[in-house]
Amino acid sequence: MSKKVTMDNKLAFVRTEDAPILPPPASEAGITGWLYQNIFASMSDFSSAGASIRSVLMGLFSFGLLYVGITQLWGLLDFAIFSAVWSDPDGLKREACWTVEQGGQLPAGWHAACWPFIAAKLKFLTYGAYPADELWRVNLAGFVGLVGLVYVLIEGLPARRHVGILMLTIYPLMAFILLTGGNLDVDYGNVGLYVLISLGLITMARMGAAGRFGSSFQDLSGIFSVAGWLLIVYAVILSVVGVDTSLEPVDTRDWGGLLITLVVAITGIVASLPLGILLALGRRSNMPVTRLICTIFIEFWRGVPLITVLFMASVMLPLFLPEGVNFDNLLRALIGVMLFSAAYMAEVVRGGLQAIDKGQYEGADAVGLSYWQSMRLIILPQALTHVIPGIVNTFIGLFKDTTLVSIVGIFDLLGGVQSTLADAAWSTPVQGLTGYLFVSVIFFIFCFGMSRYSIYMERKLSRGRSH
Amino acid sequence: MKKLTFAIAGVAAVAFAASANAATLDDVKAKGFVQCGVSQGLPGFSNADDSGNWAGIDVDMCRAVAAAIFGDGNAVKFTPLSAKQRFTALASGEVDILSRNTTWTMTRDTQLGLNFAGVNYYDGQGMMVPVDLGVSSATELDGANICTNTGTTTELNITDYFREKGMSFNLVAFEKADEVVAAYDAGRCDVYTTDRSGLAAQRTKLTNPDAHVVLPEIISKEPLGPVVRQGDDQWFNIVRWTLNALINAEEMGITADNAAARLGGTTNPAIKRLLGGEGSFGEELGLSNDWALNAIQAVGNYGESYEANVGPNTPLKLDRGVNQLWSKGGILYAAPIR
Repeated sequence: MSKKVTMDNKLAFVRTEDAPILPPPASEAGITGWLYQNIFASMSDFSSAGASIRSVLMGLFSFGLLYVGITQLWGLLDFAIFSAVWSDPDGLKREACWTVEQGGQLPAGWHAACWPFIAAKLKFLTYGAYPADELWRVNLAGFVGLVGLVYVLIEGLPARRHVGILMLTIYPLMAFILLTGGNLDVDYGNVGLYVLISLGLITMARMGAAGRFGSSFQDLSGIFSVAGWLLIVYAVILSVVGVDTSLEPVDTRDWGGLLITLVVAITGIVASLPLGILLALGRRSNMPVTRLICTIFIEFWRGVPLITVLFMASVMLPLFLPEGVNFDNLLRALIGVMLFSAAYMAEVVRGGLQAIDKGQYEGADAVGLSYWQSMRLIILPQALTHVIPGIVNTFIGLFKDTTLVSIVGIFDLLGGVQSTLADAAWSTPVQGLTGYLFVSVIFFIFCFGMSRYSIYMERKLSRGRSH
Repeated sequence: MKKLTFAIAGVAAVAFAASANAATLDDVKAKGFVQCGVSQGLPGFSNADDSGNWAGIDVDMCRAVAAAIFGDGNAVKFTPLSAKQRFTALASGEVDILSRNTTWTMTRDTQLGLNFAGVNYYDGQGMMVPVDLGVSSATELDGANICTNTGTTTELNITDYFREKGMSFNLVAFEKADEVVAAYDAGRCDVYTTDRSGLAAQRTKLTNPDAHVVLPEIISKEPLGPVVRQGDDQWFNIVRWTLNALINAEEMGITADNAAARLGGTTNPAIKRLLGGEGSFGEELGLSNDWALNAIQAVGNYGESYEANVGPNTPLKLDRGVNQLWSKGGILYAAPIR
């Protein structure tokens, strides 16, 4: 305080107006600021020799990487779009994609996609050898499936739950009948018998639950009830697929392309989640036999490569069956893929179950919920939310693994492309590249779509926020 | 090796079991079509065309058999089989005929419970080199880099050949044919070796096909033909004699278009016997007497099938070579129908 008093007033400077508000320095704001902070900051420090060397190296590295990236991207775009042959108006087939060296019109050294090849094979790559007059059945099944799926995935639509249930119950049957033609050889006498047996089982379960047969039976009544309902479902399925639809039967041998890829992937995805949840619960169960069975199942299927499973199913299995009993080749592969993915899914779900605090289990017990109630209402909703990335990861992996069915003679999308490469009528140096590019684009669309939806789900369930 | 033995034992066991109740013809007639095992795509032999229909000389073999039985070359369904699946599929009854560019070897004939019904294409391993290399014979290839597929007999054959000639070489092997041809096209090796029919097909994928020649040497024997289960002689005979009928038809100048006219207008007893105008050769097989007529009308004679699928006017541009009739300098010699 005393200093102020002794200060010479003549030297004092009193500012009478506000300093002008200067714009932020160029390195802090606007495009230059953004560029400086995010890109050039690491290459513009020349304050010392070491920093200068670092900056120069970083600059060289950055621009080198940028150059490589751009040339690669340009190469891809040029191959796929700008230089590509798009149409074959004269029906020249492979000659439309010939360079002068091969006797065609295109300049020497031309190297780009030959899309007329894909256009000509599009039907084969989508449906395989499915009869041309029956394609509406595939289209209808696909259309209904797509509409149903979109409806279920979009938030806030009315009766979304009911549509979902329909999609999981009626739709598979409908798709099955549409695609194969249905009209299986079903003995309706047996179906009647199944219904009678199941009614008996359910009645016994009801009476047992009421304690009619003594307390020791009371515990078993649940099993009887489940068995009875399963048998009824089986009988209903049998009686539906046995209906004479007067659709022409189409052998799965004639299926192919995207149709096979989607059938295998969707069956695998839809079946693997519930199976995986059951297996995961079984593996964490207190009942030793259940736990043992589930553990053995999971470890067995995780222990063998999918390619081995498919080979066993398609090459070895027919040897063990009596002659004349021919399991459908596609069905064999489907079952293999289903069990395989269920085992993987089980481990993902188990990860989620283990992440749930013990208090949640105890709390559920404390309010008197049964095991299934506590799982359904308390544990699984939390556990599954935790592992959405893992679940979708498994789905995407499964989707791509469907290409393995091509090694057992089923023409999925990739197998279909590989077999069309054998068509000498389209044989050019770019035939293979065009085919593989097409497949990768299709696979990318599906896998990226699944990935984006999972991110959306995570955000919605607010698990995606960064911690 | 152990796995292979196990698989062979398994196939053989099933084939044995299958032979007990074998009446393939009755089964085929009951279901109304022939189930034919083909490749997953081999140009000119069996591949699906733009609309997904199968075509190729192996496919024609099956169509001919179907026509001989049903009078309809479309009464056939095709099962694409991988190389590993093919014998199991045949032995287990999943297919009735295996017509899948399968090489006739002693092991396969004697140990798998299968029978080769004949040869519909004589193939052999060849070598392709760029013209620039200035090589006109495989004996000048000392020290060459050779591109081929991994794990096939072509790899073993080329090794044998170079060892026998006392030449050094460097093998560059790839998994898939596409990779091999891309590597060869890019100049990573001097020689591309595989079956000659395969060379012809892959050549069409080269940037500049005219800058490459196929050397005259053939270093292995690959007789390809249709295969059936052992133990059903009637079915075996049907397939064998359908093939013979197609070859005989070419020798007699009978084509798909003129077959009916030739039957009516000829006095040649051999033609009459073949086309069912004389004798009861079809009935002996369990078929109708116009079996061969139907087969020829469905796919043409052997020469027509060859020209349509692999001949000089197709992208494969394969000369008849040894697959020419014996009377024209080849080795196709079908037993007479009498």
